[in-house]
Amino acid sequence: MPQIGSYALLLALALSSYSLVAGLIALVRGGTGSARLSETARRAGIATFAAVVLAAIVLVTAAFSDDFSIAYIFHHSNRDLPGPYKFATLWSGQEGSLLFWSLLLATYGLVLRLRHSTDARLFAHASVIIAAVQVFFLLLLNFAAHPFAIMQGSLPRDGNGLNPLLQYPEMVIHPPMLYLGYVGFTVPFAFALGALIMRYPGEKWIHITRRWTMVTWGFLTCGIFLGAHWAYSVLGWGGYWGWDPVENASFLPWLTGTAFLHSVMMQEKRGMLKVWNVWLIFATFLLSIFGTFLTRSGVVSSVHAFAQSSIGNWFVAFLAVIFVVCLVFFVKNHTYLRSEHRLESLVSRESSFLFNNLLLLVACFTVLWGTLFPVLSEWVQDHKITVGPPFFNRVLIPIAMLLLLLTALGPLLAWRRTSVESLKHNFLWPAIGALATVVLLIAFGMRPWKDVSYFYSLMTIALSVLVALTVISEFIRGGRVIARHTGQNLFASMVQLAHRNTRRYGGYVVHFGVVVIMIGFAGAAFNQDKEQEMGYGDKMALGGYTLVCRSYTQEYKPNYSSEWAIIDVFKGGRQIDTLYPERRFYNASQQTSTIVANRSTFKEDLYLVYEGLNQDTGRPIIKVHLNPLVMWIWVGVWIMIFGTVIALIPNAVPVRVPAPVRVQAAPAEAGD
Amino acid sequence: MPRYFLKRALHLALLISALFLLLGSDQDARFQSLGHKVKCICGGCNQVLLECNHVGCTYSAHMRAELAASVDRGESDDLTLQAFVQKYGPTVLIAPTTTGFNRVAWVMPYLVLVLGLATVVAVVRTWKMRPAPLPAGGVPPVSGSQLEHFREQAQKETET
Repeated sequence: MPQIGSYALLLALALSSYSLVAGLIALVRGGTGSARLSETARRAGIATFAAVVLAAIVLVTAAFSDDFSIAYIFHHSNRDLPGPYKFATLWSGQEGSLLFWSLLLATYGLVLRLRHSTDARLFAHASVIIAAVQVFFLLLLNFAAHPFAIMQGSLPRDGNGLNPLLQYPEMVIHPPMLYLGYVGFTVPFAFALGALIMRYPGEKWIHITRRWTMVTWGFLTCGIFLGAHWAYSVLGWGGYWGWDPVENASFLPWLTGTAFLHSVMMQEKRGMLKVWNVWLIFATFLLSIFGTFLTRSGVVSSVHAFAQSSIGNWFVAFLAVIFVVCLVFFVKNHTYLRSEHRLESLVSRESSFLFNNLLLLVACFTVLWGTLFPVLSEWVQDHKITVGPPFFNRVLIPIAMLLLLLTALGPLLAWRRTSVESLKHNFLWPAIGALATVVLLIAFGMRPWKDVSYFYSLMTIALSVLVALTVISEFIRGGRVIARHTGQNLFASMVQLAHRNTRRYGGYVVHFGVVVIMIGFAGAAFNQDKEQEMGYGDKMALGGYTLVCRSYTQEYKPNYSSEWAIIDVFKGGRQIDTLYPERRFYNASQQTSTIVANRSTFKEDLYLVYEGLNQDTGRPIIKVHLNPLVMWIWVGVWIMIFGTVIALIPNAVPVRVPAPVRVQAAPAEAGD
Repeated sequence: MPRYFLKRALHLALLISALFLLLGSDQDARFQSLGHKVKCICGGCNQVLLECNHVGCTYSAHMRAELAASVDRGESDDLTLQAFVQKYGPTVLIAPTTTGFNRVAWVMPYLVLVLGLATVVAVVRTWKMRPAPLPAGGVPPVSGSQLEHFREQAQKETET
């Protein structure tokens, strides 16, 4: 069995290498004779998919058949592991996850190569670039991180098992989502670089790239928040984001990808920022690879599993090659990216996008800087330091609030120029609403002057209300116009409005999701927690809740043994729930894991953690967190996904996007 | 007279209790604040000391006790943190200090923001000052109220 997997990987490497070399020769030579060579390259790319799929099937089959002769299966699976987690073995360790990366890239490549008739030459360029990336990952798999490496010595009876922290339903979908995001950025990168290399005329590649970027961005968003939800539900520290280097690595391409999705509109509508957009998508791809390097090289310490390995140098070399290739073709063909830069007014949609991009990139720089500063400190001061949550929170929260303000203002600004009167008219009611929110929150007991975190919380909620009201007012204003013309009710008109320009109104729904998430984040300023040893009948009070320990016990299962408590929850003297915080001990890996008991409502989460047994008294120690508004975060994510899906639906009525006007005077300058 | 002393004694008792309460709450607040400035050294998870929940963690209970003892002794925040750094190394602090090279960690993001803002403002000003393009067909430009009317019309049309 391992031999089949090994040969499949070798075959995949040979096929993708052929796809790269033959495709490259065909592009360089050009002419009709090269068309056949290009077609063979395309077909080799498709065949790569089949070979990588075969390798992945072999690895999964080995996990299900407990083939511990394969070192990877021995390290990441065991006999008693439930089926879904055996499947998840594919991405649970270094080698498997690289194979999974390769599989997803091959899948994206397959879709791209099957759709080549859209624009054969552009797709041929993109196909070659994807083949190049594929060759890199297959080289890694074949020579540096082989998933089918054979165990040395006698065959073990059972495996080490999957890391218990990963034995959670979300872990079966979180990594695929994240990888779909990471890997997916290869496609817009390939189109952008391909268009630059071939000096592609027109903006068609931008339309293709934008859609791919949006799909990828949606996956990455899902992946990031699934990870946050997993951390909240499994790690048992009461939080969802710890600014761990691996978390940061996923956030970096998300930030530049978000910037790209906004700034690309400037290119489509006004023919501006062409150089900027190309480099944004280059940076997004480079950051995806850089994130992978961070998590696998051991350069920075992280709680995540594959932090220590020797494949970092491969990634450094690959990053250097990509950067040089991008730079060379940019220098060679930058005149192709001539832009028509002219602004009529500072108060315009164009300006808001410029500031939006600035803030997103400063946020990206801050995350990167904070993540790498320990390494820099070691070089300069000869010792590492820790850059933890207080640093990121203190720097990024004000930036996030500025972004929220821009999110409120942006949709109210017209392209080219907005009169101050029109801005005032559109902004008045949302601003009054935000101000009223501040007054109400203070009246209900929020004291922003007592602590800076309360101030940030209040401002975040107020700005979120501002954004939400501008979004709602945009829908109502547009809906009313349609209602007037068609006689439909307002809701039906708003649906029709969204269907007429799905990208714009889908984007507004995404913004709405973001503000719901921000409100959830704002609740963190009011988190409370308490820890207590709880014997039979013991009580603990926190917030308005009283917790009573009804019982505690132990249980033994094939895969793990567990200790858990039964806690009755009372509020206002009435029992409202019973919670079961649990701690598991996994036999194979000899590791423990927390199963948090969480009573989640829109107002707050009552989050119980079984900390362990006091060895002296034999009684459990229970930690309780009262975390306000956390559920808003998860609801907000669903809204964001919904908005992204809307934005991907084709318009019911094509939107007229005027082509940038060609000018006689003021010759355009290269660059942005 | 005894009533007077009783009253005074009661006031004194209340005052002392209040002082103890205030002192206690102040110490608790200091413990919470300092406990969020250092991390537990039990692993690479970068968890704040007071949030570490690793099972069988042999460090967090000990470190918490050390922190509580330091606060009880009335040692200043700086002294307490310095003692932790000496014992556990500089990585025990959860965020960079604002001294020496570590100051660069805090300054850089703001510097980049300011430079970025200046660049965007300069770019906007430059683009704004460029002469208005003439359409290729040589259509005479419109201005004033007519232009505003066209803008509003175009905005309405494109919005709906």
